[in-house]
Amino acid sequence: MTHFTHVKDTRLVEAKAVRHLYGKAEGANLLVLDNVDLTLCENEIVGLLGRSGSGKSTLLRSIAGLIRPTSGEIIFPERVDGPTTVSMVFQSFALFPWLTVLQNVEVGLEAKGVKPAERRRRALAAIDLIGLDGFENAYPKELSGGMRQRVGLARALVVDPSILLMDEPFSALDVLTAETLRTDLLDLWGEGRMPIKSILMVTHNIEEAVLMCDRILVFSSNPGRVVSTIKVDLPQPRNRQDPAFRDLVERIYAQMTRPDQAPAARDGVFPGIGLGLVLPRVSTNVLAGLIEAVHAAPFDGRAPMSDLAQDLRYEADELFPIAETLQLLRLAELREGDLVLTATARRYAEADVDARKAIFAQQLLSHVPLAAHVRRVLDDRPSHAAPASRFRDELEDFMSADYADQTLRSVTNWSRYAEAFSYDEGVDRFSLDDAV
Amino acid sequence: MVFLSGDLKAARPLARFLRAGTIPSWADLVAFVLLAALAILVVRGAEDMSQPLAALHAAPVTLDPARLPEYALRTTLRMFLALFASLVFTFTVATLAARSRKAELLIVPALDILQSVPVLGFLTFTVTFFMGLFPGRQLGVECAAIFAIFTSQAWNMAFSFYQSLRTIPADLDEVSRQFGFSPWRRFTRLELPFATPGLVWNVMMSMSGGWFFVVASEAITVGDTTVTLPGIGSWLSVAIARQDMKAVAFGVAAMAVVIVLYDQLVFRPIVAWADKFRFEQTASQQRPASWLYDLLRRAAWTRSLAQPLATAARRIADLRPPIRLSPSRLPPPPPLVGRSIDGLWLLAVAATVGGGIWTLWSFLSARLTVGDLGEVSVLGLATLVRVVALIALTTLIWVPIGVWIGLRPAWAERLQPIAQFLAAFPANVMFPFAVAAIVALHLNPNVWLSPLMVLGTQWYILFNVIAGASAIPSDLKEAAGMFGLKGWQWWRQVAIPGIFPYYVTGALTASGGSWNASIVAEAVSWGHEHLEAAGLGAYIAKATAAGDGARVALGVAVMSVFVIAFNRALWRPMYRFAERRLRLA
Repeated sequence: MTHFTHVKDTRLVEAKAVRHLYGKAEGANLLVLDNVDLTLCENEIVGLLGRSGSGKSTLLRSIAGLIRPTSGEIIFPERVDGPTTVSMVFQSFALFPWLTVLQNVEVGLEAKGVKPAERRRRALAAIDLIGLDGFENAYPKELSGGMRQRVGLARALVVDPSILLMDEPFSALDVLTAETLRTDLLDLWGEGRMPIKSILMVTHNIEEAVLMCDRILVFSSNPGRVVSTIKVDLPQPRNRQDPAFRDLVERIYAQMTRPDQAPAARDGVFPGIGLGLVLPRVSTNVLAGLIEAVHAAPFDGRAPMSDLAQDLRYEADELFPIAETLQLLRLAELREGDLVLTATARRYAEADVDARKAIFAQQLLSHVPLAAHVRRVLDDRPSHAAPASRFRDELEDFMSADYADQTLRSVTNWSRYAEAFSYDEGVDRFSLDDAV
Repeated sequence: MVFLSGDLKAARPLARFLRAGTIPSWADLVAFVLLAALAILVVRGAEDMSQPLAALHAAPVTLDPARLPEYALRTTLRMFLALFASLVFTFTVATLAARSRKAELLIVPALDILQSVPVLGFLTFTVTFFMGLFPGRQLGVECAAIFAIFTSQAWNMAFSFYQSLRTIPADLDEVSRQFGFSPWRRFTRLELPFATPGLVWNVMMSMSGGWFFVVASEAITVGDTTVTLPGIGSWLSVAIARQDMKAVAFGVAAMAVVIVLYDQLVFRPIVAWADKFRFEQTASQQRPASWLYDLLRRAAWTRSLAQPLATAARRIADLRPPIRLSPSRLPPPPPLVGRSIDGLWLLAVAATVGGGIWTLWSFLSARLTVGDLGEVSVLGLATLVRVVALIALTTLIWVPIGVWIGLRPAWAERLQPIAQFLAAFPANVMFPFAVAAIVALHLNPNVWLSPLMVLGTQWYILFNVIAGASAIPSDLKEAAGMFGLKGWQWWRQVAIPGIFPYYVTGALTASGGSWNASIVAEAVSWGHEHLEAAGLGAYIAKATAAGDGARVALGVAVMSVFVIAFNRALWRPMYRFAERRLRLA
C-alpha cells in the first residue's frame, strides 16, 4: 500500500494514448504517433530513441504544450509542491541572435514578469552554473556551437522547471564538444545542482541514450509506436568501452532492426506499399560504399550495424535508411541487428562500372514499383517521354506533397545512375532519350 | 575561437563608469551639437507647415539662393513624415496580414498590385481630398504631398515586413510560445528584430523613390488650382517656368547635398545598427561602418541618454494585458464553425468587390466611351514600346560596364556607392537640362523625351549588376581562367549566369520605375515651350492638369494592367528561372 502511494507521488507527467496525424483533414495524412503511453517520474533521465519520422519529437512537443495531439491526453498530476512546469532545450539552440547571452537567458523570466533585479540575479546564477561566466555580453554569433547550447541550457534552467525537455540537444555539435557537454550535464545532474526533478530527452544516437538515460523508450517509425522500454542499470559515470555497455548498444540495434517492427510486411521498412512507398533520399554512391564496406574484410558480407555505424562514423539515424534501401533493392537483408549482403550485392561489389549499372538497373526495375511504373509508361508512349508532374500527382494520392517530391527525386537519381530513364529538369520531363 | 569586439568590453558596467568622466569628450560635443541642430530644424519646419494657405500666396516661392536651405529642409521634412506614416502603415497592416488569414486573403494581393500601380497618377484625387479636409490651410496641401510620397514608399515596406513575419524561424517561434510571450512581447522581442534588416533595406529603396515624388508633388496643378509648397520641387518648377538655368543648377546642387547628408546622417548609422539583427549565427567578416554611429556610441552622454530610453522601451515591452492568454493552449475553433466564418468572410469580400465594380462602371461609363479605352490602350502600347526599348538599351550599356566594375573589387568598392547615390537622386530634377537641349536642337520629342524615363532608373540595373559580378565566387573565376574561357563562351557560361538573378532584380525595379516616370517624362515644359510624346504617361499628365478625374482613373487603371501583365509575363518567370537554376548553393 505504502509502495503504491509512493509511486503515485513521484509522477510528473503522463501521456495517455497519444495519437497524432500530420496533414489536412482531407487528403493524405501521415500518422506520426500511434497510441503512445509514457509516464515520467522524479529523479530519472528518460530517453526517447528512434529514427526520424518516429514521432518522438512530436511527443516531446506535446508535453511542452507546443503541439496539441490529435487524440489522447497529456496529464500533469496534482502535486503538493506546486504545479509541474516544463522548459525546453532545442537542437538548433534557438537563441535570439539580437540579444546578448544575458538577455537570452533572461527572456523566459521577463515573459513571466519577474522584476529586473531578481531577474538579473537568477540569470547570472544560471550562467555561473552552466559555465558561461565572462560571456554575459557576447552575442550568440560570437560563440561556438557548444557555448551556444550552454546558453540554451541556462535559459531553460533559469525558469526553474520541474522537467527539462531536450530535443536532440547535442546532435548539431561536433563529437568532442557534444561529449564535454554531456559529461558536464551528467555531473550537474548527479550532484543535484540543477533545480529540475527529471529530464526527458529525444535522441537518435543509441550510444548517447545508453550513456545518459535511466530508461530508454525505443520507437518504431511510420507510425511511431513504443516498441520496447529498456532500463539501463549501469552505474554512472558509464564507460563506452565497458562490455556491458557495448552489449546493450548491440541489443538496441537489434531491436530497431527487428522485422516485426515494420508494419507494412514484405515491401518493408518504408511507409506505404507498392507505388505509395515513401522513399528516402539516399545517393547511389553511398549505397555502393556501404556494399563495398560490408563486402570487404573483416565483415565479409555480414556486418553488425553497431560496428558499421562506429567504423563509418554514421549515426543510427543516417545508417538505417541506407541499409533499408539496400534491403528494398534486395541487395541486403537486415537480420538481428546485422546487415547481410545478398549474392547479387556480392556480384555487384566485384563488378566494373557498366556491370554495376546493369545490376542496379535490374534490381531497381524489379523491386521499386515506382521506377518500373515510370519505365513502363515511357516504353508505351510513342514519344518515349512523359511529364514528371503526372507521376508526382499520382504519388500525391498516397502521400503528402513533400514526400511525393522526395520520393520522385530519389527514384530519378537512382534511375539516372542505372540509366533506366533520364530526366530533364528544365522542362520537368522523364524520357528514354539518353537511356540505353 | 571566441571573438569579443572592443565595444562590447566598453559596454560593461565598470568600464562605462571609468570612461564617463566629468569632462565631456570631443565626441560628446559634436554629437550634442548635431542632435540639437536637428531638433531645432524640425521645430522650425513644423511651425511653417501649419501656416494658413493665404501665407503661401503672400510669400510665394522665390528663386533667392538664401532661401534654398530652408526649401531643402521643408522637402526633407516631408520625406521623413511620409516615412513615419509608411512605418505605421507597415507595422499595422503587415502584422494584421500575418496574424489573420482572412485579412491576408485581401491584403497580400492588394499590396502586390499597389506596388506596381503608377501612384503619381493619384495626385489629382488626393489633393482635392486633403484640401477639402483642411479648407484654407496649408496643411491640406502638405498632407496631399506627404500622402503622395507615402504611396510611393509604403507597399514594398509592408510586403517585406509581412514576408519576414511569415518566415520567422520555427525554433524561435517555439521558444516564444513555450515561454508564453504575450503578443506585444512577441512583436518587440521576436518579430520586429527579425524583420529589421529586410525592412531597413526596403526603407532605403523607398526613400530613393520618394525623392522623385516629393519633387513631383510640391508644385501641383489640379484644374484651375495651382499650389506651390515651399520646397526644392517648387523651386525647380518656378525656375523652369522662368527658363532660369542657373536656378535649376542651384536646385540640383541642393538636392545632391540633401541626399549625401541623409545618406551619411541617417541611413549609414541605421544600416550599421541594423547589422546586429541579421539572422546569421556566424560573425560576418565585413560589417557595415558608419562614422556617425561610431560617434554616437562612443559619446558617453548619448549612452546615458539612451539608458532611460532603453529602460522605457523595456517597460513598454513588459506591458502585459490584464488577462493572460496562453496562445499555445487555446483550443482551436471547431472546423465547422471555422469554415462557415471563412465562407461568410469570402461572401462579404465578394459583395464588396461586386459593389466596387458597379461603382467604377457607373462612374466611368457616364463620362467615357469605348473609344476612350481603345485610345488609351494604343497609347499604353506606345509607352510599353518605350519602356522595353529603353530597358534593353540600358542593359546593353550597363551590363558590360557593371560586370567590368564588379570583377575589380577596388573599383567596385569606390563606384558602388556612386551608383546607389545616382539611383536615389530624383531624375526629374535633371529634366530641364534635357528639355532645354531638345528645344534648342529641334529634336523629335517622341524619340528624345523617352530617355528621361530611364534617367533615374537605369542605375538600379548598374548597381545590381555590380553586386552580382562581385558575388561570383573566386573559385569559379579561377576555373574559368584555368580552362581559358574567353569571349562569348565566358559571357554565356560564367558572367551571365552569375549576374542573372541580380540583373532581374535590378531590371524589374528599373522597369517599374520607368512606367511611373513616364507620367512626368512624356509631357514636360520649359518656360512656355511644351513638349509632349504620344503615350499613356502624357495622357495621364494632361488629364491631371485638366482636372478630368475619369480620364485619370482610366489612364491609371490601364497603366496598372500593363505593368502587372508585364511583371507576370516577363519578370516573374525570369525570377523563377533564376531561383531554380542559377542559385549558387
